[in-house]
Amino acid sequence: MTTVAHPSGTAAAPGLLPSATPLQLIDADGRPGGNPGGLSLPAPEVLGELYRRMVLGRQVDIQATALTKQGRLAVYPSSRGQDACQVGAALALRDADWLFPTYRDTVAILTRGVPAEQALTLLRGDWHCGYDPYQYRVAPQCTPLATNTLHAVGLAHAARLRGQDQVALALLGDGATSEGDTHEALNFAAVWRAPVVFLVQNNGYAISVPLAKQTAAPTLAAKGIGYGMPGVLIDGNDAAVVYAAVRSAVERAAAGGGPTLIEALTYRIEAHTNADDATRYRDAEEVESWLARDPIVRLETYLRANALLDDATTRRLTAEAERLAAEVRDQMNADVSVDPAELFEHVYARPTAALERQRAELLAELELEEAAEEGR
Amino acid sequence: MSTLTSPARSAAPATQAPVPVTMAAALNQALADALTADDRVVVFGEDVATLGGVFRVTDGLAARFGEQRVFDTPLAEAGIVGTAIGMAMGGLVPVVEMQFDAFAYPAFEQVTSHLAKLRNRTRGKLALPVVIRVPFGGGIGGVEHHSDSSEAYYTHTPGLRVVAPGTPADAYRLLRQAIACPDPVIFLEPKRRYWSREAAVLTHAGPPIDRALLRRPGKDVTLIAYGGMVATALEAAEAATDEGWDVEVIDLRSLSPVDDQTLTDSVRRTGRAVVVHEAAGFGGYGAEIAARLSEQCFFHLEAPVLRVTGLDIPYPPPHLEQYHLPNTDRILDAIARLAWD
Repeated sequence: MTTVAHPSGTAAAPGLLPSATPLQLIDADGRPGGNPGGLSLPAPEVLGELYRRMVLGRQVDIQATALTKQGRLAVYPSSRGQDACQVGAALALRDADWLFPTYRDTVAILTRGVPAEQALTLLRGDWHCGYDPYQYRVAPQCTPLATNTLHAVGLAHAARLRGQDQVALALLGDGATSEGDTHEALNFAAVWRAPVVFLVQNNGYAISVPLAKQTAAPTLAAKGIGYGMPGVLIDGNDAAVVYAAVRSAVERAAAGGGPTLIEALTYRIEAHTNADDATRYRDAEEVESWLARDPIVRLETYLRANALLDDATTRRLTAEAERLAAEVRDQMNADVSVDPAELFEHVYARPTAALERQRAELLAELELEEAAEEGR
Repeated sequence: MSTLTSPARSAAPATQAPVPVTMAAALNQALADALTADDRVVVFGEDVATLGGVFRVTDGLAARFGEQRVFDTPLAEAGIVGTAIGMAMGGLVPVVEMQFDAFAYPAFEQVTSHLAKLRNRTRGKLALPVVIRVPFGGGIGGVEHHSDSSEAYYTHTPGLRVVAPGTPADAYRLLRQAIACPDPVIFLEPKRRYWSREAAVLTHAGPPIDRALLRRPGKDVTLIAYGGMVATALEAAEAATDEGWDVEVIDLRSLSPVDDQTLTDSVRRTGRAVVVHEAAGFGGYGAEIAARLSEQCFFHLEAPVLRVTGLDIPYPPPHLEQYHLPNTDRILDAIARLAWD
């Protein structure tokens, strides 16, 4: 038999498949061990910071949800329950690295250092993005799902071409893995060996559609091998393993090892947003069972059992979280100041002649209205 | 000098003698000169490296500038534009190729939701100097999906610049200007004119990216065209002299933003206007021009502004495209209907 030369590669792919069960460093009862794979428990000060950031993030998340009910935020997609993913992923990044978040990743953005008022600008509705992406190396929150994965790959590839040590982390959900852009991003990343990490927060639902209607793959992490990149399946409610897995993928990417696809199993406790009614697609028992797997309680149990956390610290932390939430409440309750003239800025580097005309027309219209108000 | 009017570093000496050049070669030269002038420029897309592009517009660039600057991508247009956005965020100036007009549609979400909007969404913090080159239009006997005129999809999107050269010299100039522009630019290349030849000195100097060009002065009627229809309009203007009409031809160059000043100056003088394009007329780019001229020149008009466009049909197969495309006769017929008495 003769073999015909074919341009396709025949590279072996050892170690690309995820483990059969999710990796875990701290189990559901707060005990060490679980299923570490090759990962090791982060240092105590990292665990302490993971805990602190989760407590702070949770409080802001609860506050933001409350603010939607008072009409102070247009909408808020809560990440309650996904706290370990939000905080673990953001803390695992190095200073020069970039985060590419979606609308559900406000807590990750806060953890990256963006002030809450700026992180909530989009959801309050006074502008689309309230922070400077370059200052925090956080891309604008992405609303069309999965489109951010390609931006992450592009930025990572640019960093490599320019000889800069930067890794991009793309956040996405289980639903977004069905989008074509996710497929293209995974493929481009692998072909280019781009320094990028994909973290899928699999919370079981894309609004109402459960994972079983989203994919027939054994796991989402298993998709990695199809692109030639490692897939890693982790317990998304274990902040320690989220941090360790993302950190390890970041280091691998930075060292030229290419991209990694991580699937974190977690759960969204709140509805999709305040506009959603989750009782139409899931029952209370299911939510209860996940409330019992709270990522903050899990890490707290571990920290206390290992004498890494005491009552004085939790009291201090509770006070800090309440202060932060109160600050957010005050900021969001303050009247929003918007400037209609700004609508014409930033469409192009310089407003076009047509935009200048439209701005003059709008301002004249407003002046007339104001005059009419005064004359009344 | 503003970055909108001229690339940072100049390439072409002004004293050079004109030499015959095709539009494809002029575009190739523009890419080579941009790659030389600015090391942030990268060129990528399907088949652009080893092959040099299906129209050979990127011929030889990978060999000359290396695979770090000029590279092939997987076959995925959303991927090409989406990663270009990330690369621009990361400080590069991507110039990407969509292989054909209709094959750019998978990238539409990246173009409209991100490329066009990110500057606005971030209050000017994120600038995306990305150029998307799109070979567009028909007249080459292409089978289906190879001859679309997709300009109106892009011109309807605020935040994008949309330009289309009509001649080799302008193809060079506009592409250099587009690459130097801080805004994202959809660069529509009239593929039927890739092999048209012109004796020219290639330079980025001249009218800035957002200005229309008077290609032929005339007193009686203003003929407005862009891209592949510029040459057709000039032919029609020449033929119109037999009928005694002195036709002015404007090459729009920039479809968005549009140069209202040049258009209205001309139409106020001539009092008559015809807009020509290959794309279907309904909801097409010509409707915008006709509306603007009615709004801005109404009391100078001797006749309604007419449009000569493609039919309102999906682009026809090669043996039928001649019935669809605007030609000299149709343009002359339109001119004849402009209330001469």
